[in-house]
Amino acid sequence: MGLVESGKLPKPLTQLLSLSRKYSLWVYQWGLACCAIEMGSAFASPRYDVMRLGVIPFPASPRQADLVVISGTVTDKMAPAVKRLYDQMPDPKYVISMGSCANCGGPYWDSYSVTKGVDQIIPVDVYVPGCPPRPEALLEGIVLLQERIGREDMAERWKGDPIVVG
Amino acid sequence: MTVTDSQKMAYVAAQAADARVNLQFETEDGMTLNMGPQHPATHGTLRIVAQLDGEQVVRCEPIPGYMHRGYEKLCEVRTYPQVTTLINRIDWLGSFANEVPFILAAEKLMDVEAPPRAQVIRTILFELSRLGNISLFLGDLGIQLGGITIGFYAFRDREFVLNQIEAATGGRFHPNFDRIGGLKDDLPKGWIAETHRAMDRMRRLCDEFEELVLGNEIFQARTRGIGVIPADIATSYGMSGANLRATGVDWDLRRDACPPGLSYDLADWKVWTHPDGDSYARTWVRLQEVRESTHIVDQLLDSIPAGPIMAKVPRIIKVPEGEAWVATENPLGEMGYYVVSKGDLVPFRVKIRSASFNNISVVPWVTRGVFVPDVITIMASLYFILGDIDR
Ligand code: SF4
Repeated sequence: MGLVESGKLPKPLTQLLSLSRKYSLWVYQWGLACCAIEMGSAFASPRYDVMRLGVIPFPASPRQADLVVISGTVTDKMAPAVKRLYDQMPDPKYVISMGSCANCGGPYWDSYSVTKGVDQIIPVDVYVPGCPPRPEALLEGIVLLQERIGREDMAERWKGDPIVVG
Repeated sequence: MTVTDSQKMAYVAAQAADARVNLQFETEDGMTLNMGPQHPATHGTLRIVAQLDGEQVVRCEPIPGYMHRGYEKLCEVRTYPQVTTLINRIDWLGSFANEVPFILAAEKLMDVEAPPRAQVIRTILFELSRLGNISLFLGDLGIQLGGITIGFYAFRDREFVLNQIEAATGGRFHPNFDRIGGLKDDLPKGWIAETHRAMDRMRRLCDEFEELVLGNEIFQARTRGIGVIPADIATSYGMSGANLRATGVDWDLRRDACPPGLSYDLADWKVWTHPDGDSYARTWVRLQEVRESTHIVDQLLDSIPAGPIMAKVPRIIKVPEGEAWVATENPLGEMGYYVVSKGDLVPFRVKIRSASFNNISVVPWVTRGVFVPDVITIMASLYFILGDIDR
């Protein structure tokens, strides 16, 4: 994919690629705490049903995933594992940070054992605020991310600013 | 991104802790299997290290601590009303149930009592959070054994319970609704009829679960006689809740030692036990518990007394000096708070006793000699929540 990353493809082809990437996101579920249950509701429950957005929530390992949802509290003990699993994902990869804990530490802002924000260890594309965010909020985050992927120029991939829902 | 020295130190410490465990296991004979900290079968971030001999587990050790958030220390710097916001998130599936024992302990110290109406509504919400919690267990157990259908059913019907909790408290998940001396608000209009309907749905879920899962041959083959815990082992490890009742011990804090402030005595209900103590028994007891809970809720809904929702408490809450211990039967088992007050705005010390920590401490004992797939069944049927273990 060296050609794609250099951004030298003709425009229609880039758009086609973006479109197909946008609607075939494989998301690795990273359930860490309470938010994981809301993520479960969003991904596995018939009421919210994420598959209609073209998101497939069942990859068996991070090596097959394009998107990871970090949902919940990242503790200092967990942080090395988070980093390691993120490193195992193939590029291009996207990260949604779900819940106040993953965004900034949330209710544990003064705790001795919690990492205050997962963006200290891995780059985050979309922040979904809330404690926990409703499943709808997570879906909105995914839709916004898809919009971004649709517009994305691979050469610009790493230059963008994160999106904040809400 | 700058990495501070303390972060570096934390990283080094974590690596060292990992290395120690690995070393300890790998220097002996056989193969070491590492599950987690991120593994679908561990409900979060529990890490299990098992030493195998072929397919059989020789030694298996859970390594908690990946979700340690320091509740007990944080409680010392939050005022009493603020503490409920935190402790909601210990057992995140039954969040309202976590608030109740703490609030009751504070009420005990302040010598106030919630009005009868608040007590009954509190009990109803307590049971609703139990339903929300255990219904997820029913779905999750199916998923772990490879039957995904029941997972979808459980998530579908759980939403009806969550809707009711949300309608009453404003929060789907973390209501933060219990106050010292009562509740934050009264019930909304039409809530009672709607809750009756939700209870009907839950009972239907139970019937579906019974047909789809409990009667299933594969399920029975994988759970019957697997992970048997005898009653004396269960009590000596301090297990509680449905895990204990599944070993035949008839012990339920709701009936035996219900603290003042909850009104379980208004309803007519029964504690279910099972003599077998295996994974099947644990599932069966929980299923009956869901049914019983729906009946408790139904009865209490029809007997909510009129009256105020809050007792008279001062605006700025200062709890007089003293110590109090209150434990209730939470969805996962006995949960208690030991609150020490020095007459301040904040507690001097809060010790939290949560059920899951004791419930999974039996894992090394019960997994000796079982096969690897059975570890999954045993862990799933023991049913723990990581926040409840690590706190
Ligand atoms: S943001 Fe809130 S709900 Fe989510 S993991 Fe943190 S404490 Fe739990």
